[in-house]
Amino acid sequence: MSLSKEQIAQRIAKEVKNGYYVNLGIGIPTLVANFVRNDIEVEFQSENGVLGMGPFPYEGEEDPDLINAGKQTITALPGASFFDSATSFSMIRGQHVDLTILGAMEVAQNGDIANWKIPGKMVKGMGGAMDLVASAENIIVAMMHTNRAGESKLLKKCGLPLTGVNCVKKIVTNLAVLEIVDGKFKLLEKAPGVSIEDIKAATEGDLIVEGDIPEMNL
Amino acid sequence: MINKTVSNVSEACKGVKDGMTFMLGGFGLSGIPENAIAELVALNVKNVTCISNNAGVDDFGLGLLLQKRQIKKMISSYVGENAEFERQMLSGELEVELIPQGTLAQRCKAAQSGIPAFYTPAGYGTEVAEGKESREFNGKMHIMEKAFKADFAFVKAWKGDEAGNLIFKGTARNFNPNMCGAANITVAEVEELVPVGTLDPNHIHIPGIFVQRIFKGARYEKRIEQLTVRKRDQ
Repeated sequence: MSLSKEQIAQRIAKEVKNGYYVNLGIGIPTLVANFVRNDIEVEFQSENGVLGMGPFPYEGEEDPDLINAGKQTITALPGASFFDSATSFSMIRGQHVDLTILGAMEVAQNGDIANWKIPGKMVKGMGGAMDLVASAENIIVAMMHTNRAGESKLLKKCGLPLTGVNCVKKIVTNLAVLEIVDGKFKLLEKAPGVSIEDIKAATEGDLIVEGDIPEMNL
Repeated sequence: MINKTVSNVSEACKGVKDGMTFMLGGFGLSGIPENAIAELVALNVKNVTCISNNAGVDDFGLGLLLQKRQIKKMISSYVGENAEFERQMLSGELEVELIPQGTLAQRCKAAQSGIPAFYTPAGYGTEVAEGKESREFNGKMHIMEKAFKADFAFVKAWKGDEAGNLIFKGTARNFNPNMCGAANITVAEVEELVPVGTLDPNHIHIPGIFVQRIFKGARYEKRIEQLTVRKRDQ
């Protein structure tokens, strides 16, 4: 059984450590906040200008002046702060944010990532993704292992216009947890019930499989 | 006190002409200068270049100017919320320059601060870097980005005083403070306009020196783009 989007988020939440400032991208990454342990202190940054982002507001308490980068209404936790966009990206470029979790259309085995444009079809823009991937020390990509057409999203080389070069460190998909090592995808964990053969078949890039690969612990 | 107040939006927009470049604050629909946008639609200025993080939605924000084909070029970081925008872009009617969000903010701030250009790692190795100078600092590659030049900056604040001092609220702050003083004329619209001496100087986000004209917006819709809530029992 491959993981659901919620389960991918649940697995990534284990990478979030005490004392981390974390930026979550749109989509699966947003769900990570729901699974972070209660006994650690973590602050979520949203690049539109809030640190200390809380859950969605109760019905009737939504505020048009308080949204996240996905334009969803949110709340601010005690200790939160608001700031302008230039300050927000000072936090990001200045490497004050400890962990960046974002989605991708393609990842290459050298750590390149593409997630903002499909020429001639879809051009939404990069938003803050290029700033985030160019500066973050610690980047985790959350995505499905294959696209809707069933093609691998873990490639030897990205085909789509790049968002950043040599920047991805770790990838969590519905099938596996992988790390970029020496220009290849190193398999770290497999999803429950997924075989190494399944992962090999779904990975176009070079895959390193060494020793026994443990099953993910959700 | 140097008084920056103007009586209404039409006075605030005096001097706006076809072909000009405008900066507009806001992230999504949060903190957009709603009254100035409505006036730009009414004035029907054409062939304008808009520097704004987003392009509104089909029937609100900058989407209103797009509907009337007033915009020649958009400089933005994310435009995914607007079908008319996408149509005009793919058909070639609208010129679009997509740039990283932090670069957009910093190009405003550079213009505000008298810094002609700066280096950033964002976009290195991507099509954003094409035609730009690149240079290594501390073992890492960066690209040179230049300060924006604009005729008008239209920003929206929560409170302001007659001297043009501004206070923003929540995440409606976003690009607004970075655009103040980044264009030849900065027009600030506020929900609440108070006499000088009312605001605590310790709480001012943007000093009035960066603002040329201030007025109280006649009406704010403050539309929510993605309403997300949780139930009481959760």
